[in-house]
Amino acid sequence: MRSLINILDLSTGEIEELIQVANDIIKNPKAYSDKCRGKKLATLFFEPSTRTRLSFEAAMYELGGNVLGFSEAMSSSAAKGESVADTIKTVSCYADIIAMRHPKEGAPLVASMNTEIPIINAGDGGHNHPTQTLADLLTIYREKGSLNNFTIGFCGDLKFGRTVHSLIAALSRYEGIKVVLVSPKELRIPNYVKTELLEKNKIEFTETTELEEVISELDILYMTRVQRERFFSEEEYLRLKDSYILNEEKLINAKKDLAVMHPLPRVNEISVSVDNDDRACYFKQVLNGKYIRMALMLKLLEVE
Amino acid sequence: MMNIDPIKNGIVIDHIKAGKSMELYHYLNLENLDCSIAIIKNAPSKKLGKKDIIKIDAAINIDLDVLGYIDPDITIDTIKDGVLVDKRHLELPEILTGVIKCKNPRCITSTEQELAHTFKLTDRENRVYRCIYCEAESNE
Ligand SMILES: [Zn+2]
Repeated sequence: MRSLINILDLSTGEIEELIQVANDIIKNPKAYSDKCRGKKLATLFFEPSTRTRLSFEAAMYELGGNVLGFSEAMSSSAAKGESVADTIKTVSCYADIIAMRHPKEGAPLVASMNTEIPIINAGDGGHNHPTQTLADLLTIYREKGSLNNFTIGFCGDLKFGRTVHSLIAALSRYEGIKVVLVSPKELRIPNYVKTELLEKNKIEFTETTELEEVISELDILYMTRVQRERFFSEEEYLRLKDSYILNEEKLINAKKDLAVMHPLPRVNEISVSVDNDDRACYFKQVLNGKYIRMALMLKLLEVE
Repeated sequence: MMNIDPIKNGIVIDHIKAGKSMELYHYLNLENLDCSIAIIKNAPSKKLGKKDIIKIDAAINIDLDVLGYIDPDITIDTIKDGVLVDKRHLELPEILTGVIKCKNPRCITSTEQELAHTFKLTDRENRVYRCIYCEAESNE
């Protein structure tokens, strides 16, 4: 049985297939409401992430299945020092599939090496979060009709933003993608993303510090949070923070069919007034996240 | 070249970068063997100019992955009844387990002591190994 640890575990063909199933679920949810009758999802959240956990749980309930699990390490045996391997071997006796979030990088891989049931990585530290990337890909597909031929801007904290790195990794396998990287100098994209993903796959990319200079070129704008604690000085933060806040004024020069995305939660990097703009897609992204998790669980559980 | 008795049954670790033989000797725990071992330093070499050679007069098993990781240019000759029966060119191993350690403090190997530290060769040209768990690059 297969697991999903890294977005690149899935071929582009398999991603396409998941997107098609998700689209079909959106069109015809009733046809899927009984597909996982009698199946159990265990959500093992060794660190809390309410929105990701709820998305997995809602996905399983909408497939007619059941959910068990824990939502923080304190309430689990990990607090008593149990190894990931032992926890997983135990839970595998009760569940058919596991969604796991863990503060340590690589923990879901360790889990998958110790069980026969599928493991879904629901975030391992700052490392991978493949179902977020799947939600992003479904959103791009639904907004743009394809995963090829568009210009996507990533704006904000590109250094620590794992959602950005994973999405770039996923997109680097498609045709005609142009990437525009907008960030303060201190939060520029790590070098390995440029060399091992963008350059290696011959993806055209540019780097800038000014969102306003490039916004008119974009088909998709992927915003991320710029956290205060990432800055070297308070002065620097105050100087830069506004340039990475998206508001209606900055959108004036943007394309009419721009899709504004954000992995959420947001703090203030997208002004609330943008929510009513047709170009805002971040709440659709949340909903898409649930549908793609439904499609993923159907696939991993090999439910027809 | 210096005269050293040819070995009957054993292995010759050849084309070691000059000066590296003692490091290998310790890495392979050769000090624990009681057979005769010859270490030849700075032997002339067409390919390397100078090289080191280790001759071990016993048919022992050697961890080729470790050797390949330390120096992929090394060759291993196996001698049986005085005859060269196998000449092996090493290469960087695809998977390396228990040789180098992941130093990323956010990696699961930092808290789970039982886990084997395993690395995967992700870029042969630039000799890049990454931890299979956290994908951090090895810096050894
Ligand atoms: Zn590691």
